[in-house]
Amino acid sequence: MAVCIAVIAKENYPLYIRSVPTQNELKFHYTVHTSLDVVEEKISAVGKALGDQRELYLGLLYPTEDYKVYGYVTNSKVKFVIVVDSSNTSLRDNEIRSMFRKLHNSFTDVMCNPFHNPGDTIQSKAFDGIVSGMMVQTA
Amino acid sequence: MESLTLSDVEQKYYSDLFVYCDTDNTKKVASNGRVLDLFRAAQLPSEVVLQITELCGATRLGHFGRSQFYIALKLIAIAQSGLPLRVESLNSVKDLPLPRFVVGKNEAEARHAALYQDPDSQGLYPAPGTAVIPRPPGRGHQNKKGHPSSTSLPVHEVIQPLATTIESQPEPTSPVVSPHQSPPTSPHSWRKHKRQHSGGNAERQPVVAATGAVWTQFREPQTGPVAGDGMWPSHSPPLPGQESWVSFTADTPPSSTLPAMHPSSVQESTTIRTVASAATTNEIQRQSSTYDDPWKITDEQRQYYINQFKTIQPDLTGFIPGSAAKEFFTKSKLPILELSHIWELSDFDKDGALTLDEFCAAFHLVVARKNGYDLPEKLPESLMPKLIDLDDSAEVPEQTADVGYSASPVEVTPNKSPSMPSLNQAWPEMNQSNEQWETFSERSSSSQTLTQFDSNIAPADPDTAIVHPVPIRMTPSKIHMQEMELKRTGSDHNHPTSPLLAKPPELSEEAKLPASMKFVAANTVGDGYSSSDSFTSDQEPITRQRSQSGTSPEALKVVAPPPPPPRPHPSHSRSSSLDMNRTFAATSATGQPQPSTIAYPPAVPPRPLPTQTSVPLTGHRVEAESIAGGGAVLTTTSPQQIPQQPNFADFSQFQAFAASEQPSSLPEVDKHIEPGQGDKPSEGAGPLRTVKSDGQADERPSATVNSGAKGSSGPLAPPPKPVRRRLKSEDELRPEDEQHGPQKSNVIAAVLATQPSIPRSVGKDKKAIQASIRRNKETNTVLARLNSELQQQLKDLLEERISLEVQLEQLRPFSHL
Repeated sequence: MAVCIAVIAKENYPLYIRSVPTQNELKFHYTVHTSLDVVEEKISAVGKALGDQRELYLGLLYPTEDYKVYGYVTNSKVKFVIVVDSSNTSLRDNEIRSMFRKLHNSFTDVMCNPFHNPGDTIQSKAFDGIVSGMMVQTA
Repeated sequence: MESLTLSDVEQKYYSDLFVYCDTDNTKKVASNGRVLDLFRAAQLPSEVVLQITELCGATRLGHFGRSQFYIALKLIAIAQSGLPLRVESLNSVKDLPLPRFVVGKNEAEARHAALYQDPDSQGLYPAPGTAVIPRPPGRGHQNKKGHPSSTSLPVHEVIQPLATTIESQPEPTSPVVSPHQSPPTSPHSWRKHKRQHSGGNAERQPVVAATGAVWTQFREPQTGPVAGDGMWPSHSPPLPGQESWVSFTADTPPSSTLPAMHPSSVQESTTIRTVASAATTNEIQRQSSTYDDPWKITDEQRQYYINQFKTIQPDLTGFIPGSAAKEFFTKSKLPILELSHIWELSDFDKDGALTLDEFCAAFHLVVARKNGYDLPEKLPESLMPKLIDLDDSAEVPEQTADVGYSASPVEVTPNKSPSMPSLNQAWPEMNQSNEQWETFSERSSSSQTLTQFDSNIAPADPDTAIVHPVPIRMTPSKIHMQEMELKRTGSDHNHPTSPLLAKPPELSEEAKLPASMKFVAANTVGDGYSSSDSFTSDQEPITRQRSQSGTSPEALKVVAPPPPPPRPHPSHSRSSSLDMNRTFAATSATGQPQPSTIAYPPAVPPRPLPTQTSVPLTGHRVEAESIAGGGAVLTTTSPQQIPQQPNFADFSQFQAFAASEQPSSLPEVDKHIEPGQGDKPSEGAGPLRTVKSDGQADERPSATVNSGAKGSSGPLAPPPKPVRRRLKSEDELRPEDEQHGPQKSNVIAAVLATQPSIPRSVGKDKKAIQASIRRNKETNTVLARLNSELQQQLKDLLEERISLEVQLEQLRPFSHL
């Protein structure tokens, strides 16, 4: 279960960011922002070697004492960032991958909507629903 | 009176009104009472009404003639439009909306409603004699409900001008359709009418009151400014609803007028709705059910949607691309956010295009939204593709009750919505889970295939091995093994013949195998051939034996890594099988001086060893001991063929064999070879014998005891050693053994060892040389194979290394930081 989920556009501005409301959201925003640097580094490092074979799932970007940050980038350079609580050790890598896969699917559905302009913030209720399903069910 | 030019709509409308007012049925004069009521219903200030009556000349006449009535109506319309009352304006005002009248309940309305019902179906403006209330043609809906004629009149009228947009009712109203429009244009209105009709007069009134409240609610959601009257002009009654619908822009005003529309009309619509809920007739129920399920699309609506679909995509089975749909729905002037939400709901298969069903659903939702309905969270069942109920089949009254229409129409979303969410939720979950399942299944299947593959091969070998030592190389290559098996089977029965001759290299391999096999574990060895793992396991015992023989350590080292490559070779010069091959070759080269020699080669590949009978074995053993090369060959083959157990009684036999020395062994060898293949490892003696026989065969031609001794010594720890030593007494054997670390090399060594023995063979130097040449070639092939195998192992190891490095890299996320 994620504590914070964010979708960042190619130009590195957020399209969608949502955190568990009970906590200091600003902190998560900052974390996501800093993780972008790691993402950039990863995609630049892997990209040149493998070319188009770069894997979308970036894995653990950034562990801190409180939480862990996972990254995923699409072929169009849209980044997904998931922040999970470090204390939640039951989350395996496969689960994180499946979360990203769901996010990606939902994101493509949003993109398919002709009324959604790429670059706009995501306001799809379906997408919200998916994200809610993945967030920690505390609040 | 000024001449009055009325449009058709107006004409109809007015005539209906006149009839309505014509209580006396004089068809000429409208009773003042009714007229006044009607005028009051127009919600105009009384002085305006007075002015109107004066203008129309009724005051003069004292009654409302038809023309006066018409003039009055027109003036009312003008007044409602906010225009100054002028006689001149009667004809000058163009596109004057029809006068609106507050709903008044009345039997007349019911009458009218009833009348309307019939003609409604055609959506035409029925003009039966009496109740020809100018219903908006769009209302083609069958007004099943008993529309109180009187009230319906104003309602209709009111509604008419609104071009059915008034149907702001929760029902997904069709776009504003001019009264003249065909039915599809105003399904909503139809619905409304139905309701009205179904409702009784009595119901009307209370309903009206309730609806009034409801209506206000509807109004609020309305977005248009709706300056009520102001809207009228913009919306000429005859305006084809469809066109205005399509060009959503036009619709907005009408839709906005809806709320603004008269409260009466609103009430009317709401009334209708509520009436529907209260209705008891089937129609009512149907209506109400429609209400209860506001998401249901009526036939007319559907037809309209289909027509709209055709304008974009002529092929009804085709798709409307997202961009075209976006343009189309953008005309509805709904906020993009809502349109986006509607799209999400209606694009069921998430393909970015709309099928006919999806389009109808989207259209329906847009209409509903425009009429004040809130968008549902989930697609209503009735709008789901392929689920749209085209027929307003009689619904259970309970449905209406459920909806509780008297409550705000906004809550229209039927109970089905809750079920919808579950459905909708289930979909993505299922889809996702399907994806996951698919992946899982892939994994499982792949793993299963792997295991099955292995298991299939493994069992096969033991059997064959049992039957006869599988000369298959100990390499992991299954193909090899299969080949070997084939050879074995072929050779089993062909010992005497020289199929082996044709496959010297294989023989050499086989020889190696036997050597490596050692009789440690016949079965396991056989298995080992099939799978590398087993090989390794086999090797260990073999190595042990080898150690005994003195050459094992080398083999072990080689085998350790991934596949049990070389197998038993190291064990020792069991390469007696090779020797046998050589001897075989030699014999063949030499013209096969002895039939026994010929027999040898065939025996080797199939590893006839185990099949050989005990008797011959003993004989062979003796010979093997005496013959170095041959014995080595034999032993190599035998162990492989029989996954033998090291302990074979063979040892004793061997020793005895060794003691017995050569001469008798030769003939026995032949015998051994042939039957050897069929023997099982259980017959420890058998394999040994075969081995020895092979060795002996080698020895015979080579007349070297050493090889035989070597061969025999291989599988048998103690006995072979002495034999081997004997063999090794020949220097050549030894150094060659040492040279080949891996088993193969040992085999080769054995082979080589036999070579020197060959020259020593009795008096056949030339032949021996030729034989040795052949053996050398075989050795070369064996070595080449060994080399390739080692290369392969090297590659595998490198790949493993790379993969490990990659994993390591991945596990260090910040290594690059």
